[in-house]
Amino acid sequence: MIPSRLRIRAALGCGLLGLGLLGAGITGASAETVLIQGATVHTLGSKGIVEDTDILVADGVVKSLGTGLRVPDGARVIEANGRPVTPGLWAGISAIGTAEVSGVEQSVDSTNALESMHPEFDVSLAYNPHSTLVPVARVEGHTFTTLGTGMGGSIIGGQGRVVALDGGYDSFHGGYVLYINLGRGASSRTGGSRAVQWLLLNQAVEETVRAPARGEEALLTRAGRQTLERYANGGTVVFTVNRASDILQTLQFAEDHDIVPVIYGGAEAWMVAEQLAAAEAPVILNPLQNLPGNFDSLGARLDNAALLHARGVTVAFGAGESHNARKLRQMAGNAASHGLPKEAALAALTINPARIFGVARTFGSLEEGKRADLVLWSGDPLEVTTVADLVIVAGEVDSMESRQTKLRDRYLVVDPELPRAYTQP
Amino acid sequence: MRISNTPGWAALAALLTICGAGEAAAEAFPSTYEPLPSEATLITNATVLTGTGERLDNASLLMQDGKIAWVGDGETPDGVTTIDAGGRWVTPGIIDVHSHLGVYPSPGVQAHSDGNEMSNPVTASVWAEHSIWPQDPGFSRALAGGITSLQILPGSANLIGGRAVTLKNVYSTSYQGMKFPGAPHGMKMACGENPKRVYGSKGRAPGTRMGNVAGYRDEWIAAQKYRDDWDEYEAKVAEGDEDAKPPKRDLKLDTLAGVLDGEILVHMHCYRADEMMTILDMAKEFDYQVTAFHHGVEAYKIADELAEAGVCGALWADWWGFKMEAFDGIQENLALVDRPEGGCAIVHSDSSEGIQRLNQEAAKAMIRGQRAGLDIPPERAITWITSNAAKSLGVLDQTGTLEPGKMADVVLWNGDPFSVYAKADLVFIDGARLYDRADPALQPVSDFELGQLQEVR
Repeated sequence: MIPSRLRIRAALGCGLLGLGLLGAGITGASAETVLIQGATVHTLGSKGIVEDTDILVADGVVKSLGTGLRVPDGARVIEANGRPVTPGLWAGISAIGTAEVSGVEQSVDSTNALESMHPEFDVSLAYNPHSTLVPVARVEGHTFTTLGTGMGGSIIGGQGRVVALDGGYDSFHGGYVLYINLGRGASSRTGGSRAVQWLLLNQAVEETVRAPARGEEALLTRAGRQTLERYANGGTVVFTVNRASDILQTLQFAEDHDIVPVIYGGAEAWMVAEQLAAAEAPVILNPLQNLPGNFDSLGARLDNAALLHARGVTVAFGAGESHNARKLRQMAGNAASHGLPKEAALAALTINPARIFGVARTFGSLEEGKRADLVLWSGDPLEVTTVADLVIVAGEVDSMESRQTKLRDRYLVVDPELPRAYTQP
Repeated sequence: MRISNTPGWAALAALLTICGAGEAAAEAFPSTYEPLPSEATLITNATVLTGTGERLDNASLLMQDGKIAWVGDGETPDGVTTIDAGGRWVTPGIIDVHSHLGVYPSPGVQAHSDGNEMSNPVTASVWAEHSIWPQDPGFSRALAGGITSLQILPGSANLIGGRAVTLKNVYSTSYQGMKFPGAPHGMKMACGENPKRVYGSKGRAPGTRMGNVAGYRDEWIAAQKYRDDWDEYEAKVAEGDEDAKPPKRDLKLDTLAGVLDGEILVHMHCYRADEMMTILDMAKEFDYQVTAFHHGVEAYKIADELAEAGVCGALWADWWGFKMEAFDGIQENLALVDRPEGGCAIVHSDSSEGIQRLNQEAAKAMIRGQRAGLDIPPERAITWITSNAAKSLGVLDQTGTLEPGKMADVVLWNGDPFSVYAKADLVFIDGARLYDRADPALQPVSDFELGQLQEVR
């Protein structure tokens, strides 16, 4: 929600904020009025791609999208000169804000290591909007992410949800999703056989229908049963699964229990594209995966996304990147380079994940009246030599500063007189 | 004769000399690589990045007898195969100085985990080549990305991990058949968190960074004595002392003495600027050269010092944050290491994915440098994945640039290689056309992948 961002900025203090903005050569207040003129706008919405178009942003939303828009009083005008504008990008299923340094246990809250099943585990309770990862992703044009759970102690990872990377404490959107990890990585948690995972999952679902009797061995706590029951009645479950045969088992399990399945990983998804299309199951995949990294992904190939898209499967990109979420755009470019239409590659980082996670009314496309999360690019948004020139989040022009840009600016200075600790960009 | 480059060979040769045999001294695990059959090939109408910092437009290039004959303009013999590049780009073959292909191959199962000899913090005696599985499917993927040479290193669990080997990216049933002829060995060392975590957690040294440094220094002291003992012995032999006894050979010290003699090149995993400065001082103390710091996420903080010491930074474009010592990563790291006079920036992968698109990694680093106001045209950025890489592997006299007389390791790209849409159309290794994007018959398939995924009903 927009107000939460405003509250945080106010809490931080105008002085601090003002300095940051001045440093970037930007003036303006929160939720300012901005007119971007003459952009090539990839709306990812009903208007498709529109050339030489103006975008008026005010009150945190896209007010209008058209040609020759009048400049409102006090509006900040940005000349796009034909540069592309896209919706803010998704940052994948990530640990942004829940893991600061992956290798430092004390800074990582993204995974539940308990070996018992806890679908009720809600990783979003650990979210820290002040994480350095938030601006690092944001300045590259990533304005929302889905908080994920790592491979934990049980095959049920727990729940996550979408958070806007706008720095708000409660910038959550949409409902929850549940994570279940299947296949190779899960077999040590399921008696060494991937077949056991179905036994356990079916038993867990059964417990939501009939609670175990007193003294009877149970997989779930009461809270766990209540949580899982919601998913077994039309909830969205993200299944990490790669092997074609496991994907088919997953689709069957989802159908049996009225679950809306999302395939995550999907290295061999192209082999069962027709079944995925028929089940209307989207696939979140890493388009760079082309090696038989394990015995679940012998069929990995670079045109996985293109093949799925051609069969009508909804594709999004995710590879568990958090610190380097910005690599997702390079992944999208590579998918486009291997047969996926460019606009579909953009959709895989915008409207598709927004739909998959039930936040398409807020994120993923540029439409009048919709939240103004958008990026002005220096060139082709899928190109590795393109950078985000400007990011607008919830209607606010971003400072384009992160801890990394500050380190850069500190060390760009040649031969400072005092130690660099005194260079404070 | 010195204990050196290939100490096994040197020691044996010394013994044989004494015995009067004098010939057929065996190099240990010698390269059996032979260039594959090639035909004289002329590429015309190309945009050529030479790897020497030059860009030539509408240029031609002749490969003959496996070598670069000329670039630009020159005499074309009769009967050459001519490829009209039609404006497409040509670069030297791409070189990755940091790969674990073969030692951590795909599939990445425990049975294949051969990259870290985590049984002792100092394993200078091990050679990465003895772990290489030549059937790693990763070699073929790297070839499609234009990789023609690569260094395979041991992992970073140990202070001194062992010898690294440079390969030509050509499938063979043995690693010897891939081994880059005449390339010096590298020696892998590691700073920081990995060794202290691996051994500290076992309750043994090193458990701290100061323990790391003590660990290296103890070894250098031993290596100095070993080298001096051999020098003394060889001097006696030279003087005709028939009773001279050779010191007992030691595989670990062979490698370390090879470094002190400048014949084995030190490639050191090190993230933090302060630790790299410690290592540079240690190298002065023991009079050896660090060839390259690998990963060097904080290399930008000491770019001037690295340039002055003649040490390359083999770096990523944007990885950061996966551990504490990688927390200060910035996307301008490569560009800033490249900035000073004599700066030597190298883009490395350390990844079976990254090695497939080092050109894209270089492109990202190039644009970040440009956006920070540094003048880095493509003809400069290409040196980060060609000539600078070759220099750090000690093979710049043979490959890494498109200069006459060098190995014809060449990539013809479908366009600007600094693009996400760039693909290698053709890859030549020693003039042999070993990858053709348009011809499945020229796309190698490892034994492991052959016959997988049979059709199902």
